[in-house]
Amino acid sequence: MSKGLPETRTDAAMSELVPEPRPKPAVPMKPVSINSNLLGYIGIDTIIEQMRKKTMKTGFDFNIMVVGQSGLGKSTLVNTLFKSQVSRKASSWNREEKIPKTVEIKAIGHVIEEGGVKMKLTVIDTPGFGDQINNENCWEPIEKYINEQYEKFLKEEVNIARKKRIPDTRVHCCLYFISPTGHSLRPLDLEFMKHLSKVVNIIPVIAKADTMTLEEKSEFKQRVRKELEVNGIEFYPQKEFDEDLEDKTENDKIRQESMPFAVVGSDKEYQVNGKRVLGRKTPWGIIEVENLNHCEFALLRDFVIRTHLQDLKEVTHNIHYETYRAKRLNDNGGLPPVLGKH
Amino acid sequence: MDKEYVGFAALPNQLHRKSVKKGFDFTLMVAGESGLGKSTLINSLFLTNLYEDRQLPEASARLTQTLTIERRGVEIEEGGIKVKLTLVDTPGFGDSLDCSDCWLPVVHFIEEQFEQYLRDESGLNRKNIQDSRVHCCLYFISPFGRGLRPLDVAFLRAVHQKVNIIPVIGKADALMPNETQALKQKIRDQLKEEEINIYQFPDCDSDEDEDFKRQDAEMKESIPFAVVGSCEVVRAGGIRPVRGRRYSWGTVEVENPHHCDFLNLRRMLVQTHLQDLKEVTHDLLYEGYRARCLQSLARPGARDRASRSKLSRQSATEIPLPMLPLAETEKLIREKDEELRRMQEMLEKMQAQMQQSQAQGEQSDAL
Repeated sequence: MSKGLPETRTDAAMSELVPEPRPKPAVPMKPVSINSNLLGYIGIDTIIEQMRKKTMKTGFDFNIMVVGQSGLGKSTLVNTLFKSQVSRKASSWNREEKIPKTVEIKAIGHVIEEGGVKMKLTVIDTPGFGDQINNENCWEPIEKYINEQYEKFLKEEVNIARKKRIPDTRVHCCLYFISPTGHSLRPLDLEFMKHLSKVVNIIPVIAKADTMTLEEKSEFKQRVRKELEVNGIEFYPQKEFDEDLEDKTENDKIRQESMPFAVVGSDKEYQVNGKRVLGRKTPWGIIEVENLNHCEFALLRDFVIRTHLQDLKEVTHNIHYETYRAKRLNDNGGLPPVLGKH
Repeated sequence: MDKEYVGFAALPNQLHRKSVKKGFDFTLMVAGESGLGKSTLINSLFLTNLYEDRQLPEASARLTQTLTIERRGVEIEEGGIKVKLTLVDTPGFGDSLDCSDCWLPVVHFIEEQFEQYLRDESGLNRKNIQDSRVHCCLYFISPFGRGLRPLDVAFLRAVHQKVNIIPVIGKADALMPNETQALKQKIRDQLKEEEINIYQFPDCDSDEDEDFKRQDAEMKESIPFAVVGSCEVVRAGGIRPVRGRRYSWGTVEVENPHHCDFLNLRRMLVQTHLQDLKEVTHDLLYEGYRARCLQSLARPGARDRASRSKLSRQSATEIPLPMLPLAETEKLIREKDEELRRMQEMLEKMQAQMQQSQAQGEQSDAL
């Protein structure tokens, strides 16, 4: 983040040596590259370890939102992703909950620990989305919530006396659940993603994918990708934020082949070939959640948690939040700092 | 003298021969959200490929699409019996963002068929009345929800007094057995709570054997039927190829009663209750519609409507209720009765004349 800021001290020193004051360079000078192997070991590569230690001590926040019609297995999937009961409902199927009349936003926080690293995970559920007879504008409460979190963060940032670590309630990732109709996206899916892909990272997933055969899955995914492209919907990882060629190749493969991930979730274990696996037992076979031949849950998990977790947070902070912030500051003609503490 | 044998035990055979000659009409409506496997199930049920030329619209096109009613006819012949099956489809149902009142076109369609029949019944030439009334509506419920959704309830409440409803759970291979049971129970509870009348399969006769009664009871308990359809034939490790869906973890066999209720649905809909569905439509649902219609005509406001309809009869485009007001029908009936009586009198006179001339002839012969 400090790339590109000119070193003011060096400038001052240079003006003493050279009589005429030089104008500040518009483009920052490229730092001279030194290969430490030639000079001996400096030790700057231990920064990774230092960062790791810090992260382990402080832990980190991750906020994931799930959106989709009721019954698409959102809660079960999140529980499966984080291998714990982090979603707001109990895992039994006979839930007696009634469909709410309007879209509600329910956030539940948990602290998960693994390998000494603490994660404060918040799962934000959106019951009532897409369940009514009239679903026009049912994404508005969701958009409002996301913007409210940006606003909260902005207010903290703009304070004179800022907290050392601003609590981050911004939504880092929004899993959008597509119903496995096998035909195409529903109008509601299009409208939601059109409005929200500019505000938050959307990862579309095909829910309850155990109802589609391999051919049906592949055809459906192709059709969905095409429809998203035709409608100008950029899901995460967005093409314009690929930082370098390596990112681009990796993400291109994910964007054009794997996504949207066709997933199956489960919180029950069954015995398969001597191992206990998470799955669904039907009279015609056992669907193994983590078997890549059966569904793409493992791909989703690796993508969200093991490889792109940090990037999801960064894109949220550097792009979506900054967009919001710029808009707010422009609208207000500059936000005055809030005096005092909360 | 022959033993005591009148011979009317042969009546069922006569009826059978007549109906075989006449053929059999049946109109089946299929309704529910798109993507629940409706078309595949119909193709599986009737071993046809009715939806070959169907074009599925993209999501952006469906945003503003209104519900349309599509009719497809197919003639199926089996064992010498011809069935003229009409399938009524409701593409666009539940698609748009705002589905308020999206069921009204369906209600209007069903009532239009009743109205047409009422018109034909009250008409002069009743020899060839075409029965286009909807005899049965297969309503597809999503296996992904937690029971009936608000839209399902609204639709069912709008049509349950007008058509026989058989609820089915589509794409039932999405569910594990315990989930299927729980969902069925939930739906049954909801239907009771919302006071929705679905088609009641009649009780079997008391003289049927125990086996049959047990089978019948089992079938009734499996409503709503959890179905899976398929147009593909797979070899599922068994001997013969069967209709099924092949997954990486196993193959669902459409006709395996442990996998889904397809056989039950087929048996109850096609093999045993096709005729009863028609009868209930005629005796109960249509009569109810007819009574409501005629009652509303008999009310004071009807006099104006009667005179209005007399004038508008000329246009023959949009007439709200049965064409001929009661008074006119009565007049026609009386006129026809008069005619019949006159014709009968003439016939009797001619017969009497013939007898007389015959008697005279005999007399002259005898002489």
